[in-house]
Amino acid sequence: MTKITFPVEASHIMMFARSVDDPNPVYHDAAAAKKTEAGGIIAPPTFPQSVAQFDPDYFLRPKNGQKWFGSAKGPSGITEKPASSGGLHAEQHFEYHRAVRPGDVLTVTSHAGATWEKESKRAGKLMFSERVTEYRDQNGELVVTARSVGVRTEKPVAQS
Amino acid sequence: MALKKSALSVGQTHSEVVIENLSRTQLVMYAGTSGDYNPLHTDDLYTKEVAGYPGVFAHGMLTMGLTGKMLTNFVGDATLKKFGVRFTNQVWPGDTLTATATVAAIREEGGVHLVDLTISTTNQDGKEVVSGTATARIDG
Repeated sequence: MTKITFPVEASHIMMFARSVDDPNPVYHDAAAAKKTEAGGIIAPPTFPQSVAQFDPDYFLRPKNGQKWFGSAKGPSGITEKPASSGGLHAEQHFEYHRAVRPGDVLTVTSHAGATWEKESKRAGKLMFSERVTEYRDQNGELVVTARSVGVRTEKPVAQS
Repeated sequence: MALKKSALSVGQTHSEVVIENLSRTQLVMYAGTSGDYNPLHTDDLYTKEVAGYPGVFAHGMLTMGLTGKMLTNFVGDATLKKFGVRFTNQVWPGDTLTATATVAAIREEGGVHLVDLTISTTNQDGKEVVSGTATARIDG
């Protein structure tokens, strides 16, 4: 079980909305957002996933003093097999108990769920693993529940 | 504004082009805001030579985010109760994606009016890249 503090900030929401190409003013214009049914700025539905920014150990972010497996002088900065190789996102599910808003300080806990395997023609053996994440606010109330399924493939997915 | 129950019928669809000619820069933007810096999405050299793919491809969560834009444009802000997807095919730079929601059910639960939707996002070749479901609050 990991526990992460996720402070939700208006500028992060604005940049996140841009990154999913969503110009809806409810994500960046406080005055316009106030006049909507949301009553103020809210976060887009998939924003909770950016909790990764606040995970000190998140393995898909280069870290000070550690070698990074992406390219630099050569195609990879490490000589061994990258820890993340073959890992892809298979499913993502969110349940919203209320909207996420700037000023929320979310406490995020997650735990491993089920694991299972499947054979596929396009990528060999597929190893699925589930992760369940809860986002609670400063009052301990549940804001978002997320269920993520990751898949590790035996080989790169063949392009049809 | 939340959708009105009287304006909805099962089988009704809402469709939007959510990205045209997806740029590599968009993938960089998504990496920066989500914090997912997996080189598979921004680093062509690594992705081709180490990971064995034809080149960088979109984060699944970017495709879900683009699909979410269609969804919130349809159901309104702060009305979503559930949104879940499966990533069925990879999305590549240059892709143009169309996201569609279809009304599956209109129902009431504990005095709250809800609409259940099925979600499908396809690329320019008609190949499905995301399939899913969503539930939103509607006005009775």
